[in-house]
Amino acid sequence: MTEGAPAHRLAEPDRPWRMRTYAGHSNARASNELYRRNLAKGQTGLSIAFDLPTQTGYDPDHELARGEVGKVGVSIAHRGDMHTLLEGIPLDQMNTSMTINATAAWLLALYIVTAEGQGVDMPALQGTTQNDIIKEFLARGTYAFPPAPSMRLIADMVAFTVEHVPEWNPINICSYHLQEAGATPVQEIAYALSNAIAVLDAVRERVPEDRMGRVFQRISFFVNAGVRFIEEHAKLRAMARLWEEIGRERYGVQDPKHLRFRYGVQVNSLGLTEVQPENNVQRIVLEALAVTIGRNARARSIQLPAWNEALGLPRPADQQWSLRIQQVLAFETDVLDYPDIFEGSKVMDGLVAELMEGARAEMKVVADRGGAVEAVPYMKGALVDSNRERLRRIESGQQIVVGQNKFTETEPSPLDRDAEGRILVVDPAIEAEQVEAVRRWRAERDAGRAERALAELARVADSDENIMPATIEAARAGVTTGEWAQALREVFGEYRAPTGVGQAAAAPGTEELEELREEVERISEALGRRLKILVGKPGLDGHSNGAEQIAVMARDIGMDVVYEGIRLTPAQIARSALQEGVHVVGLSILSGSHRELIPAVMKALREAGVDVPVVVGGIIPEQDVEPLRAAGVAAVYTPKDFELTRIMRDIVELVSSSAASHVQA
Amino acid sequence: MSPDPGGPGLGAQLGGRLRAGDPSVAPAVLNLVESRSPSDRAHTVELLRAVSPAALGGEAGAHVVGVTGPPGAGKSTLLSELVAAWRRRGRTVAVLAVDPTSRRSGGALLGDRARIAHDPKDPGVFIRSTAAGDRLGGLAPATRAAAQALAAAFDVVVIETVGVGQSETEVADVADSVVVVVQPGAGDVLQFLKAGVMEVPDVLVVTKADLGDIAERSVRDLRAALGAVGSAPTPVLAVASIPPVQGIDELVEAIDGHRSGLDLGARRLAARRANALADFLAEHGERGLRVLGGRRAAQRWLSEQDPRLDVPALTARLESRALEEA
Repeated sequence: MTEGAPAHRLAEPDRPWRMRTYAGHSNARASNELYRRNLAKGQTGLSIAFDLPTQTGYDPDHELARGEVGKVGVSIAHRGDMHTLLEGIPLDQMNTSMTINATAAWLLALYIVTAEGQGVDMPALQGTTQNDIIKEFLARGTYAFPPAPSMRLIADMVAFTVEHVPEWNPINICSYHLQEAGATPVQEIAYALSNAIAVLDAVRERVPEDRMGRVFQRISFFVNAGVRFIEEHAKLRAMARLWEEIGRERYGVQDPKHLRFRYGVQVNSLGLTEVQPENNVQRIVLEALAVTIGRNARARSIQLPAWNEALGLPRPADQQWSLRIQQVLAFETDVLDYPDIFEGSKVMDGLVAELMEGARAEMKVVADRGGAVEAVPYMKGALVDSNRERLRRIESGQQIVVGQNKFTETEPSPLDRDAEGRILVVDPAIEAEQVEAVRRWRAERDAGRAERALAELARVADSDENIMPATIEAARAGVTTGEWAQALREVFGEYRAPTGVGQAAAAPGTEELEELREEVERISEALGRRLKILVGKPGLDGHSNGAEQIAVMARDIGMDVVYEGIRLTPAQIARSALQEGVHVVGLSILSGSHRELIPAVMKALREAGVDVPVVVGGIIPEQDVEPLRAAGVAAVYTPKDFELTRIMRDIVELVSSSAASHVQA
Repeated sequence: MSPDPGGPGLGAQLGGRLRAGDPSVAPAVLNLVESRSPSDRAHTVELLRAVSPAALGGEAGAHVVGVTGPPGAGKSTLLSELVAAWRRRGRTVAVLAVDPTSRRSGGALLGDRARIAHDPKDPGVFIRSTAAGDRLGGLAPATRAAAQALAAAFDVVVIETVGVGQSETEVADVADSVVVVVQPGAGDVLQFLKAGVMEVPDVLVVTKADLGDIAERSVRDLRAALGAVGSAPTPVLAVASIPPVQGIDELVEAIDGHRSGLDLGARRLAARRANALADFLAEHGERGLRVLGGRRAAQRWLSEQDPRLDVPALTARLESRALEEA
């Protein structure tokens, strides 16, 4: 407290948090233009969205990249792309957050090399690499390597940046995606902090003891805030207190500066609705309040989703609207004018104590299982269960979602006028251009230098040395994203994360489920064997929550369910459908690549001779439904179809009528 | 329901393609043998007859390998490497993955095939997941029938089950070689072996050899336990299925070694008789078994039957004997 100011006032208002917009699409040039426009509008930091091939370590011309290039973010295949992406943006003054995990070491290297080109040295760089692999195994799916080598890459980056890029946040532990996957506030706190402990334990082995304070200080968090904003604020205060406790007790950190809980935030997308989408604006405002209202647990940086996030990729004007929400909050309201407004609040203290107690108990469960890495299957199963409970509450009306399960009587949405143009659609020609461009890049670079850099990278990967120097040299040598990741895959091996569905508890027996169960039993009897469904996620999209819920529910009503998790090629899906003898196929895609991938799956199924109904669910815009049906899809489900029970009933009916028509034929 | 008039010959037709060594027939074979409809069951009988030793002029050529062990031991990851190793040797492989979960709803989540990496364009690999479901002990009739059928067309047929103490006995009724997979430090297998609760497997595998000392200690402990129960020659191998992969070639050789030391005719004959009894039990339950005078009496009676009989014929004999006795 500054001298002279009364206890209920600050001598000077606080500085606003850093304002960002999660942005990037198509290629480096288009995204660079977008960034420059956003900065001109008053944005104070960059938040780079990479496409799925870049996030999972594939070049645009890899089979798995098909349909995904430039879709959910920008495609960055080599230092040339990174240079174009950041052209005209002085990196010594910019604070850049990169949502990058499995390939974080590589993208940081590209960033460092790009800065070199601008004459900016590593100590001047500020920003964050997300680099949180455990939540990728749990919720987001863009992992590339098995857990142990993944943790080693993270530890290497932390050890390297603490020495050489001291202002960089090498890892941003995410509770954000846990909430998106259905986590309760207690689970969100407990799993995020357990995750941080796993990282710190791994780093402790790679840095001198006296460095741990600095290491601890560089660990930042990326959290979520839902619309129950009072409890959400309490959650952040609980996290801050537990974090300090962990620092002191587990790692012997003393310096209060090192112990401070630092977090950025993207507020909840899970609660945004496709119906009456204008309501999403007030949801976003209230969620932003949760992370700004109390000074003692205020976000360092904020990015807000756009109102149409549930429909597809937001357009620049949609993102501007969200930036303006932040600016109104920071510059028009008095939220930055006062000391912490909850100090001494019985309600807040009570909530914080409750959450801390719950989180400690859950952290102990994780610790007893050997820590966050070992407990991934347990946590994944627990998240699937929580999400199922959340969906059940919405479906039964216990949890009100305005406009979706209550107050559904509505005027046409004022934002609904041009269904065609409500979202940004990436030009399909981009993918072919990027494929062409990466091939040209490989042909034109110094082949010998790239080869030597890759050989050195492989040697280091197989040793105990820090991966960063060899990675930075590979970036300089013109190696591509796919080549860097492939070199490591060859040493580390590949990995499939647990799907979490096997552990999911059985559903409570409601009347509706019982009816469906009997229907499945009847059809199975008629078919001669149990009704069997394949639930598949084609492409690189790792958002598997929807597919998991369908898989678990299908099991609960008595189906045999083949669910292989994420990242399947059309050929794999067709092959599984054939070999497993399934009666119906359900596909889920959220990345916007359905236009390319669904027809490819349909073709592969036809070629394999599999003639069963196919249903598709995901973030699928209205205008894409008809083309999918024309490609042979029996039913399409969009985010407005939130009633799982109804979807399951449809699927059962589809199988029933398809089986009947086969018997007739 | 009367037998399907449109489909006579389906079993024989599929059997013919199996005899010709056509692996692409596998999905249709599984769809048939899994079916409980009376017409399909008649076709299945026909199918099994078409691939019986009598029809083949000898035992089916495949090596039927049971792979079993407690959950989390790393079976699927190991299988992934084994399948690749067999393919490198030019052998075709069918995997029947049996999921142990049995639910009130009857449904099951089958995700194992995802962990067995293979080229989706390779016609020499077939993987089918089945739920153990509401079986009355032993493997599901469909899995046993599938193993017999596929043995006529594939070089290796793997039956993967989960469990310890009982599962290896069930698999031993069907497989030529039983491989039990454990992870380092898994005490229960050690205890079960010493106490004689579990049958001695043909090959024991300790996974996660990359853990070093713990894995080596497990290998030593298991060898000691085998010695104590008088089964010292049983191979115990340590493997690592994550890079750097180790011990897989040695494992392939150990499995091959067991097969070459085996009286295949005798083992398959025993398997057919055990299968017939299991099929009978699945259909008629414990009550049926009591009519036959109990398990031992039934086994003794089976051992006196013509060794050339196939499983459906043996089952039919058991059934008519039960009718006589009742």
